[in-house]
Amino acid sequence: MNYEVTHLDALESEAIYVMREVKAEFERPVLLCSGGKDSLVMVHIAQKAFSPCKLPFPIMHIDTGLNFPEVIDFRDKLEEKFNCRLLVASVQESIDKGRIKEEVGPTASRNRLQIVTLLDAIGENRFDAVFGGARRDEEKSRAKERFFSFRDEFGQWDPKAQRPELWNLYNGKHRQGEHFRIFPISNWTELDVWRYVERENIELPPIYYAHKRKVFERDGMLLAADHVQHSSEEEIFSAMVRYRTLGDANITGAVLSAATSIEQIINEVSSTRLTERGATRADDRVSDAAMEDRKVEGYF
Amino acid sequence: MELLRFATAGSVDDGKSTLIGRLLFDSKSVFEDQIEAVERTSEQMGADYTNLALLTDGLRAEREQGITIDVAYRYFATPKRKFIVADTPGHTQYTRNMVTGASTADLALILVDVRKGITEQTKRHAFISTLLGIPHLVLCINKMDLVGYEKEAFDSIRSEFADFAAKLQIHDLVVIPISALHGDNVVDRSLNMQWYGGASLLHHLEEVHIGSDRNLIDPRFPIQYVLRPQRDDYHDYRGYAGTVASGSFRIGDEVLILPSGFSSTIVEINGPQGPLQEAYPPLSVAMRFSEEYDISRGDMICRSGNQPKVAQGVDAMICWFTPDSFLESKRKLVIKHSTNSTRCLVEELIYRLDINTLHREELVDRLTMNEIGRVKLRTMKPLMFDAYKENRSTGAFILIDENTHDTVGAGMILGSTD
Ligand SMILES: Nc1nc2c(ncn2[C@@H]2O[C@H](COP(=O)(O)OP(=O)(O)OP(=O)(O)O)[C@@H](O)[C@H]2O)c(=O)[nH]1
Ligand SMILES: [Mg+2]
Repeated sequence: MNYEVTHLDALESEAIYVMREVKAEFERPVLLCSGGKDSLVMVHIAQKAFSPCKLPFPIMHIDTGLNFPEVIDFRDKLEEKFNCRLLVASVQESIDKGRIKEEVGPTASRNRLQIVTLLDAIGENRFDAVFGGARRDEEKSRAKERFFSFRDEFGQWDPKAQRPELWNLYNGKHRQGEHFRIFPISNWTELDVWRYVERENIELPPIYYAHKRKVFERDGMLLAADHVQHSSEEEIFSAMVRYRTLGDANITGAVLSAATSIEQIINEVSSTRLTERGATRADDRVSDAAMEDRKVEGYF
Repeated sequence: MELLRFATAGSVDDGKSTLIGRLLFDSKSVFEDQIEAVERTSEQMGADYTNLALLTDGLRAEREQGITIDVAYRYFATPKRKFIVADTPGHTQYTRNMVTGASTADLALILVDVRKGITEQTKRHAFISTLLGIPHLVLCINKMDLVGYEKEAFDSIRSEFADFAAKLQIHDLVVIPISALHGDNVVDRSLNMQWYGGASLLHHLEEVHIGSDRNLIDPRFPIQYVLRPQRDDYHDYRGYAGTVASGSFRIGDEVLILPSGFSSTIVEINGPQGPLQEAYPPLSVAMRFSEEYDISRGDMICRSGNQPKVAQGVDAMICWFTPDSFLESKRKLVIKHSTNSTRCLVEELIYRLDINTLHREELVDRLTMNEIGRVKLRTMKPLMFDAYKENRSTGAFILIDENTHDTVGAGMILGSTD
């Protein structure tokens, strides 16, 4: 008998271990799902972790009001597909209630605003463990994350004073009002995610695959003409594109691509020379520490 | 493809992050937008070269202070192997973060600045690496460019380290002269050091034999969570979920349940991919047993002929992490071991290690931050454990402060004191 375990099997078991640990040690976990590939991989693994039981915690979507419609369609099917409870926290509602003000100016987005909506939802529901699909290979401040990442009563991350985290012994002790962000797929790369999507045949929103779309170019990124305001100088053209990440439609760029199958995407991702966020996210370009600054305040 | 996890170690400023940056860059594992961002930042910071340490020093505070504060994890692959790198801080204040990164490593890269030589922190990190049972060490004697790539400087540090290392249990040590800044002997052999006949660092990382550190002998399955579906079609179903810590389990095996001491037989194993005949590390599975005793989180499944120790007295080496309090006798702490958590009492601090001499200081009454010592603990309920050197999963624990909730120490079990 050879006891070989593939890399994907090891990553999958690690994620399952983390999820079960959370369910065993926390009162009220919740799984954040953006409708993107990383969250959907997480949901898929969570099903396995607790099979044949129902998913023992709800899924929560932070609806910015600016999501791609294809993602919202997909989200609306989650509840039935996975037989789980879906919560939606809406940024628009937070604005209407006066909790936050819409940003103005050329770099305005609802990216930062969701932090308030997210933290409000965590507080109102008294969630103490919040699963996120962030991966360490995505971005340089995420590279510093623990699996169990402590957040104080203001929802803040203190990257200079993280708890030591040895072996797979996770310390989730906290007081009321504090919570943990939990990152079960910390050690996965973009390629690992795609290989897993292929192996497990996981359904994703269609815009991850190449499709024809009206776009225009800004700062070296292709933005969707239907979703982003553009000036008359910005020339609109039709192209075969796909999305590597799914953020808000107004700040997420598409990449030129002919990849209509998972296999083709894997080939494309294997040979790319740009990181997924570098290629597609205007929100990270605002400043060098944009992600860290958002994370400190409570971002995903 | 095989996976090697390695961590950097060594004193502050000896070039750990620069080395990882260089390794990633020269092995073409850096994306264009990442290198552009690093070039931009280097320029803004007024450096006259691209500071490759910025590839891992990603926090604002790290960039401002020019040091690493917390571990950064990076992932890359060559045609031969996959790598997970933990770039850890050298600063004494952040030793706990070094331990965090090193705890899961198969290999440690210990850097030394050839001009500064072996410091107390180099020794501390080397000792911690052996304490953690990291099977392979590579001593990188760095900044060779600053001593004209001279062999004498290299030889003198190498022998200084050898004197210290003789007192440690190191099974595999390789010494490489490098310049992280210029890339000598990092990915390719250096033309500046023809006197060095060994391999480049990357070549060594690709070739070093890593017989898996999994223990496939001693069957240990800590119960993590009990699956009880509230569904009619699964009436009476109880699945015992967990991750195999060591050894293997087959359907039909008669197993022993600790601490109760009851026996049962495995009738079903469900893995992430469906039913399995056999489970082994590091798979996360759920098992069902023929007799349903009261089994819960914290219990340990093993075999009657191969059991862990079940005891309340624990003899262990401790690394103490916090500046806020001491480890001293009579202190009460929370201990987290495998899937068990309980309270424990420090019965005795047997000795503290002087890191410089590795001398055992017996007449001490406390461990302060970053100190290492040997203790006797008494736990409130029995733990099921093995010696750390035989079983990393069942021989490790962490200590948690009951009031602050901080992780204040890490322990490696030597044996039982009962
Ligand atoms: N001349 C020369 N300078 C080097 C070399 N390697 C690193 N340095 C310089 O040494 C300084 C410290 O390098 P870092 O890589 O940040 O050191 P570190 O070990 O990661 O430091 P901490 O993470 O804070 O412990 C930087 O200014 C580097 O440019 C080398 O091979 N030659
Ligand atoms: Mg560093």
